[in-house]
Amino acid sequence: MSGLLEEMSAKALRLNIPLNVQLDLTYRCNERCVHCYLDHDDHGEMTTTEIKHLLDEMADAGVFILTLSGGEIFLRKDFFEILEHARRLMFCVKLKTNAVLIREREAARLLDLGVESVQISIYSHRPEVHDAITLVPGSLKRSLNAIRFLKAHGLKVIIANVLMTENMRDYTGVRALATELGVECTLDPTVTPMMDGNRSTLSLSVDQSELRQVFRDASLVGDVDEFCAIPAAPGENELEATPCSAGHTACYVSPYGEVFPCVQFPYPTGNVRQQRFVDIWRHSEQMNEVRSIRVKDLTTCTSCSHVSNCTRCPGLAYMEGNMRGPSSQDCEKSFARTGVPSANMLAKKRQAANLVQIRAIPTSAGASVTGAIA
Amino acid sequence: MTKLYVARNPRVAARSLDGEMMIMSGRDSTLFTLNKTATILWQSADGNTPLNEIVEQRICAEFAVEPVTALQDAESLARELANHEILKISEEPIAQGTLADGAQR
Repeated sequence: MSGLLEEMSAKALRLNIPLNVQLDLTYRCNERCVHCYLDHDDHGEMTTTEIKHLLDEMADAGVFILTLSGGEIFLRKDFFEILEHARRLMFCVKLKTNAVLIREREAARLLDLGVESVQISIYSHRPEVHDAITLVPGSLKRSLNAIRFLKAHGLKVIIANVLMTENMRDYTGVRALATELGVECTLDPTVTPMMDGNRSTLSLSVDQSELRQVFRDASLVGDVDEFCAIPAAPGENELEATPCSAGHTACYVSPYGEVFPCVQFPYPTGNVRQQRFVDIWRHSEQMNEVRSIRVKDLTTCTSCSHVSNCTRCPGLAYMEGNMRGPSSQDCEKSFARTGVPSANMLAKKRQAANLVQIRAIPTSAGASVTGAIA
Repeated sequence: MTKLYVARNPRVAARSLDGEMMIMSGRDSTLFTLNKTATILWQSADGNTPLNEIVEQRICAEFAVEPVTALQDAESLARELANHEILKISEEPIAQGTLADGAQR
């Protein structure tokens, strides 16, 4: 984050302004990515009028950075009408898309409307790997064509590469492809549970040894020794800090008008179909509960040696059952980075040990066997 | 004296935060903040009102400043903002597109 944006974020935090909102326009999608956390049926998306009204409310509430995402945003027939309205309200608009439906004409229109950036999911430089993740043959080719159209029009494009077991070996290829195309590339080793709590997608996550490999790749993390250093003990200021921007300067709105602290934090705080956006933001009991949490309030994590530089996601913790608790996926990352197990991992180990009671069982012959698990 | 007209560039993103304008350049995503005077200039830059009128009616009315000095400062500021492609300046009125009418927010 630039210094000035950091300064603006601090000001927004002080003034309780939602500087940054992700609005999903639809959950419908033309790809079926194996790791996706969404249900792709339409359960009653907001209409064009409802979305335009919401954008007016968001502008009045001070929202500056508006990320339009989905689902696949270009599946909405009114997408450009919504985008035009958003830009008329002078939002800094970022798009997240698979870009399959972007061609010359769409790219030109996006430039004309002053979109800040277009983030496109690319899982591999190899069609057989990318298309096996999206489950749509030919999808890599179409997404890459779109990137070329967007670049040719001078738009800023960011490739987002989610790392999973299926594409773990391909991230260097994706980065090389990004360089060749002249676009940025981000890498995220986090697969999230589905929004309904189903955790089956987590089986696609990279394992410890793969995470360790990623975190020791200097081309990704810079100074490996610094990145993987054992964390210092937290200072008083760190314990008083807020866990992340969710609910503080950022939030998420679903296609059905539900407001959550973040796209990864499905804690319902209100619905813009029933209340004004700003009233949910300022007065929702749930939003204020999220807002009240400081690092010092976290269970388990406050006693963890990683607390000062952990990437703990409160949303993932919430999906594990406790928004004040640890996020096991981030514990795994801290462990992979430093080799030091988190307090949560140690507690689970102790718990597991207590569950396994090995005792001698007398046999009729007077001998004994071991291994009974209670 | 030649009149100067100023218009907001519709390619930028902008929002008022506690009375100060945050502007993100459409060219390279650089973020700028405008102080209160520059914010008034930005909000008044409709492409039709000459800069000297903006200075007289909005800036001098708000701040205790000499009109001549204020106009010189405003011209210099407008040119600087034009260099960053935040404002457009012209000696003729500038037609505004359909975008950029949310500048008061």
